Formats: sequence, structure tokens, C-alpha cells
Amino acid sequence: MTALRQAGAFVLLLCAAGPAAAADGHRVVSLGGAVTEIVYALGEEGRLVARDTTSSFPPEAQGLPDVGYVRQLSPEGVLSVAPDLILAEEGAGPPETMALLRAAAVPVVEVPAGFDAAAVEAKIRIVASALGVPERGEALAGRVGDEIAGATAGAGSTPPQRVLFVLSLQGGRVMAAGSGTAADGIIRLAGAENALSGIAGYKPVTDEAVIAAAPDVILMMANAGPGVADDAVFSHPAIHATPAGAARRLVRMDGLLLVGFGPRTAEAVSTLAAALAVEGKP
Amino acid sequence: MTMLRPVALAADAADRSARARSLTGALALLLAGMALASLTLGASGVSPWAALADLAAGRPLDLQARVVLWDIRLPRLLAGMLVGAALAVSGAVLQGLFRNPLADPGLVGVSAGAGLGAICAIVLGGLLPPALHAALGLALVPVAAFAGGGLAVVTLYALATRAGRTSVATMLLAGIALGAIAAALSGILIAMADDAQLRDLTFWSLGSLSGATWPKVLSAAPLILSALALAPFLGRGLNALSLGEPAARHLGIGVETLKRLSVLGVSASVGAAVAISGGVGFVGIVVPHLLRLIAGPDHRHLLVNSALLGAALLLAADVVARLAVAPAELPLGVVTAVLGGPFFLWVLLRRRGLTEL
Repeated sequence: MTALRQAGAFVLLLCAAGPAAAADGHRVVSLGGAVTEIVYALGEEGRLVARDTTSSFPPEAQGLPDVGYVRQLSPEGVLSVAPDLILAEEGAGPPETMALLRAAAVPVVEVPAGFDAAAVEAKIRIVASALGVPERGEALAGRVGDEIAGATAGAGSTPPQRVLFVLSLQGGRVMAAGSGTAADGIIRLAGAENALSGIAGYKPVTDEAVIAAAPDVILMMANAGPGVADDAVFSHPAIHATPAGAARRLVRMDGLLLVGFGPRTAEAVSTLAAALAVEGKP
Repeated sequence: MTMLRPVALAADAADRSARARSLTGALALLLAGMALASLTLGASGVSPWAALADLAAGRPLDLQARVVLWDIRLPRLLAGMLVGAALAVSGAVLQGLFRNPLADPGLVGVSAGAGLGAICAIVLGGLLPPALHAALGLALVPVAAFAGGGLAVVTLYALATRAGRTSVATMLLAGIALGAIAAALSGILIAMADDAQLRDLTFWSLGSLSGATWPKVLSAAPLILSALALAPFLGRGLNALSLGEPAARHLGIGVETLKRLSVLGVSASVGAAVAISGGVGFVGIVVPHLLRLIAGPDHRHLLVNSALLGAALLLAADVVARLAVAPAELPLGVVTAVLGGPFFLWVLLRRRGLTEL
């Protein structure tokens, strides 16, 4: 029974991903910050009826009803806004909720994650075709792709700067970004080098590993946790002992802009590259 | 400790028995009311009465209403009753067994073991052979939680049993040690987890009924219901045990059997409950205490009343969890504590003059 239902849901998913879904989608729920940004960038925001907690840009999006954190959605909560199309970033869940939404015959289109220019273009094309505006998607994807290429071309220095992305400094423990993360992707697009590319994912790292990584710059999210002041960052013994600590070089950027990989990726690349250049050695 | 002493004047005892029985009726009504609320209230505004009217008139039910009522609210209602009853009765049984008012399922390692199982599934699930992973699917985390809880209790029981005798004191202390070991292993896995897995873990440990689906409810129900069916047979034994083990033996109670049945029932029902709802604290410790304050410590009534009040409390908390920030949802464990804590304190302070605590 469940297997049958899942098979049915899968077929629905296939249909929804194709142009067949174009007829629907007058009441759209957008799950995931980048997905919501894409809907706005396509000019289709009039069809949105709800969003998830991570969809904080553009600010108007925050006026929409919030169905909760993207990985912890309540099935009845999502159904309560009577959606006829759900655009969900990869990892939206829990899986039980997604299965129930599909059982309720609401088309769910999953938008795959990815941390490079091609992935951003793919996200835009998928969202646009689900909304029945593939031409506009093609145009936006092309424009965003060009912008990212342009921003990347002008970015970087030789030798590349080593950047350490610090997700949090809770209790003096450095939680940093390794390879395969959105932070790693944006650092590389900005022509710099992830100082911790040896580990995979966001991990707590030891002080010695931070020193061995020898970052030139510390990168943090502007909205990361309750105010970690610059002085607190640089007084951390391990960070203090790095080149970044010696030169007091810290870049803070808005989290969704920096690691969202939505239509503003080019802006993120050029902002980060500019910050690295200003902060950088001449 | 003194509150568990069943010695009381005969007249007093009869009075308390009558009060406990009328309390059972009142709690059954409360539970029925909560069940109705749980079925009627939700973010979507789908009404079961409108659905019934449609069905009676022979109109086909619209698909979304059917999913909301049949696939979301009904399994959630049943899951809430099962989990609430399982946690509250387990708490009451363990407090009786250990003759310690602070005992709860966390103390015999079930919760920690189940938590470790769930964390293993969330963090290491990707390492399973793809065929096995696909076969388990959504059941992976619940199955792992149940297995972890069961394994913890079996280990604990083996540790505390020498020559056919189980030492309750050893079990209590070994339970704390096992809990610490499970927490340490969980800590290692948490250090290995990625950002998304950490989020999943946090939400899992705060508990929720929003993942309650028919397959989960149907697989947990036999375990919890058989453990609940066992409970009435433990009442007399637990009463005798409150006089101490030797006294209970002289009263003709099979103390070792009592311990074995209690531990078995608790581990099966708490393991299954945690598998459905994740970690929901507070119910197991507060519900039995509340009932003892109101109607005395006689386990023959306490166990039944705990099941009813536990189920009603969990349903009430779940209704608040799903309505408070609709269309989003609050974690269930947060609501049980926020609702239950102040109420328990109020009852405690109000009755302190009357009951010797």
C-alpha cells in the first residue's frame, strides 16, 4: 500500500517536473531560501501563498505565512495554506511530511542543491518550468550565469588567499566549513582558497587544525549567533595565532546571500571578492 | 519516599480508593475530550463533522480532507494516546519498582539507548547497503531507536542480575553509567554529523508527533498495548514492594517475576514510544506524581489513571504544538514541559499542607 502510494507520488513528481504542471501553480509554497529568491526573481511572487523559515529574502517574503523550518515541516501546516504546487529545495522534510503531501495529490517539485554556477542555473530552470514560465527561466538562468562568470573573472589574486569559513564559535569551539559545502563553493568562486579543504562538511575543528590551516582571512555570517564581536574572534587562541589573526582580517556577510546559491550568487561573489581585496595584501 | 508508603488507616484507604475511582472516570472523560479536540483542531481547518456529513450524504470526500483526517490527524491522535500512556505508566512502574520518586524511563537507559539508536540511524544511515536502506526507508530511525532502547535494557538487566536475583540498586546505578556511555557515543556521532544531520538530531530530541504515520502507529501499538495490558497485574506487587523486598516476599509476591515483567513492559513500551515521537520528556515523571498528590499512592489505581492522564496530557500538548505557531509547529517536548511544569508546581504547593511529601 505504502509502496504503491510512493510509486504514485513518484509519478506525480515526474509529471510535476514536466510542463504538465504549468496549468497549476496558482497557490505555490516555496521551501528554501534560494528557491524563494528565484520565484521573486522570475516575477512570479504573486503566486506564493507561504514560505519556510529560511526564506528571508527579499524582505517582502517575510510577510508570507511561515510553515516552519525547512527540514521539520508539519504536513497539516503546509496543507492548511491549500497549495497546488510545492517547490522544495533538496533536503526539505522530514520525509514523512513530503510523502503525506504527495499523498494529498499536491505536486512537489524538488530543486536540487549545488554550489557552482551550473547548479544555480539548473535551480532556476527547474523552478521556472514548474511555474510554467520556462522562457523566462531560460533568460534568467542565462543572465545569472553570465553575471557569475563576470564576477568570477574579476575575482581573486595570486597566490589565492586562504579563507577559513567559521560557522560558529560556540563556547570557543570553531565550527568550520570543509569541502563539499556551500561556503567552500562561494570561496572558490571568489577566486580564493578554502583553508580547510582537507575535511568534508561543516565540522568542529581543533585549535591545532585551525593553526595548521593558516588562513589569511576569517569569513563569518553576519547573522551567526548572538553577537560574536571582532575582538572575541581574534582573542580565540587558535585564530589569534593564524595570519588572519595577526592582521585582524575578518569578513562578515549575510548568510543567505553568502551561501544561499540563489539568483544573487554573482552579487555574493563580487561582494566577497571585493572584501577580500580591500582586506587583502596590496 | 514516604509518599509511597501504603500503610494508612483503613477508613482513610477506603476514602482514597473511592476518590481514585471517581478520578478514573473524570480522567476518561478528559481523555475523550482531548481526543475529540485532537481530531477537530488543526492548522488546515478541515472539519471531521463536515466530512461525516459529506459521507452520510454519499458525497465523495475531497482528497485533501481525507489525507488530513485519515492520514494525518487520526494516526497522530492514536500515536499521542499510545506515547502518553506508555511514558506515564512506565514512569509510575519504575518509581514503584525502584522505590524512588525520581525514577523515570531515562534512568534505566531506555531513553539514552533509544536516542543513541536514532542518532546512529540519522548520522550513519547513509553507510548501510543501499538495498537495506531502501527496504527500511522511513522506518530506519524508529527501528534503530527501538533496537537501541531494547539493547540498553537487556544489557542493564544482565548486569544487575546475579544467580537469578536482580538487584534494583545495581540496576539504578548501572542505568546511570549506561546512560553516560550512550551519551558519550552519541557525542562522538554528533561530532561526525553534518549541519543538516545536526538539525535533524536537535528536532528529534525535542520530540514531535508530526511524523506519526499509520505504519509507525500500527507497529508500535502491539508493543505498547501489551505492556499496558500487563500493568494492572503489577499493581498489587508494586504496593507490596513499597514495604521493601523482604516484606514483599513474605507477603507472597514473586518479586523477581515482578521485576522482570516491569522491566520488560517498560522497555517495550518506552522503546516503541520513543520510536514514534522522538524524545518527549517530563510526562513519565510528572503524571504519576500528580496523581499520587490527588488520590494517593495505591498502584492499583495509579497505573490506570497514569495511562489516562498521560494520554490526555500528550494530546493536549500536541494540539497546542500544532496550533500555537500555525502553519509551523512547536516541538512537542517543549510544550509538555511548558504546560505541565507550572501546573505541577501549582498542585505541589497547594497540596503541600495536606499531603506529607
